[in-house]
Amino acid sequence: MTTTDTGGSGSLSSPYLDRIRTMRHVRNGKERIIEAILFVAAFCAVAVTVAIVAILLYEASTFFEHVSLVEFLTGTEWTPLFERARYGMLPLLVGTVVTSAIAFLVAGPLGFLIAMYLSEFAPPKLAEVLKPFLELLAGVPTIVYGYFALLFVTPLLQKLIPGLPGFNMLSAGLVMGLMIVPYVASIAEDAMRAVPMALREGSYAMGATRFQTAMWVVLPASFSGVMAAFVLGISRAVGETMIVAIAAGQQPNFTFDPREPAATITAYIVQVAMGDLPHGSIGYQSIFAVGLVLVVITLFFNLIGQMLRRRIREVY
Amino acid sequence: MNQPKTLDDNAAMVTETLKAETRKFNFFYGDNQALKNVDLPVAERRVTALIGPSGCGKSTLLRSFNRMHDLYPGNRYEGEIRLYPDDVNLVSPEVDPIEIRMRISMVFQKPNPFPKTIFENVAYGLMVRGEKRRSVLEEKVEEALRGAALWEEVKDRLDDLAFNLSGGQQQRLCIARALASDPEIILFDEPTSALDPIATASIEELIAEIKEKVTILIVTHNMQQAARISDYTAFMYLGELVEFGRTDELFVRPRKKQTEDYITGRFG
Repeated sequence: MTTTDTGGSGSLSSPYLDRIRTMRHVRNGKERIIEAILFVAAFCAVAVTVAIVAILLYEASTFFEHVSLVEFLTGTEWTPLFERARYGMLPLLVGTVVTSAIAFLVAGPLGFLIAMYLSEFAPPKLAEVLKPFLELLAGVPTIVYGYFALLFVTPLLQKLIPGLPGFNMLSAGLVMGLMIVPYVASIAEDAMRAVPMALREGSYAMGATRFQTAMWVVLPASFSGVMAAFVLGISRAVGETMIVAIAAGQQPNFTFDPREPAATITAYIVQVAMGDLPHGSIGYQSIFAVGLVLVVITLFFNLIGQMLRRRIREVY
Repeated sequence: MNQPKTLDDNAAMVTETLKAETRKFNFFYGDNQALKNVDLPVAERRVTALIGPSGCGKSTLLRSFNRMHDLYPGNRYEGEIRLYPDDVNLVSPEVDPIEIRMRISMVFQKPNPFPKTIFENVAYGLMVRGEKRRSVLEEKVEEALRGAALWEEVKDRLDDLAFNLSGGQQQRLCIARALASDPEIILFDEPTSALDPIATASIEELIAEIKEKVTILIVTHNMQQAARISDYTAFMYLGELVEFGRTDELFVRPRKKQTEDYITGRFG
């Protein structure tokens, strides 16, 4: 059998060639089915995201028919349950910002130090033992963290800060920080590990110590990845629900004082969704409006985080 | 042909002052012996080339000189690498590897500039030593960049990131980085294998200039390169130093069959 003009070199013996040719359409058919399945799977994820945003936009639009956008974004009173309901979301936003900031003050430095230790200092065998513990911390259900904050951390803090209310943002924020430590640490560690060994060796070869190498070479080389870990950690804190709903109290309170109780956006959504307000009322619609704000905030942080993350690979 | 290799055998080939010398040097990766009884003299302010097929241990030997193997667990040195004139055994556990690395710097196979500016890259070794005086740093950086024939190309953009330089420039930057801290020996680990012929030629020229001041030990896969730039050559095979001699003699009249086979391209 002669070879075709499609570039075959003729080295393939004819029995194989015949089989390959008859199999061709079967093979193509299989490939197409597999491709279709993969496409549907990918499409589902995108479709769900789009649907969520669409529903939020739709429901929020009915809310904004009754409440002005200006009042919503600048008002300092959030009282949907009152006779004269007010829909200024700043108290919720501030509650979210304060708890997330506290969480970040815990998770940022701690996550960074853990990542640095595991990637640069810990003997490989010790790191192998330590990492599962860290992952265990990430696997604890948030409801457990919530009660840990309320029943353990708050009483502890009350001993240090006299007059601290049973519900407060400080305790919720601290525990939330603890929760996202593994998350920040593992992304930051991945970034540090991605730094080529050749760079570290270059530094050691100049007589640098481990610490100098870590701070002057590994850190700048993994900077965007470490930043990505921070940003994704913040995004996680902003979206966290159970801990703040349980430990920070659920009163929308316009205050920056972490000792005060306050509601976050997520805590408010839980409260309403659990049935304090009748379906279809403006108050009920309000959860879609604040939900939209939440999505925008987390989307913003995630986009920045992903952008920074992508840059890790561009450097080398 | 099969004369026994004694300690003085190779050292006797060098009539000049020695800068360093390995004596009955063995190296182990875990249980795996990578170097066997290596006696290598390194003449002061000369270029000594290590050649041999892949896996023969030449890079392992090179990296023993600045204790790079200390960075990874399970590695073990046996025997001596004497560093002159103070005559210390630099692989002895009592000797601080950091001090050794400050005296013996290294240029790697692939250019590995740090994610820092050109200036900071060159000043790195000095900063590691705790030098903070700007005037000293500036002076040393200029001197090193001139020494690496890079000053004219980068003097107006010392604050640019080093990544923006071309491959050949990055390698010269790494040489400048190695030069800046006035090392006694510079180790080159196949420094041109990632570079094009023009950049390679400029690095080779540079090595010829640097050896006026610094002792050089270079690993190369390229035999022409070894013949061009080195004064002494050591041929290694399977972890042993098979033959050592003056480059002009070793390449013209190799004493051992293995050496001859390798340099004439019959294996390797």
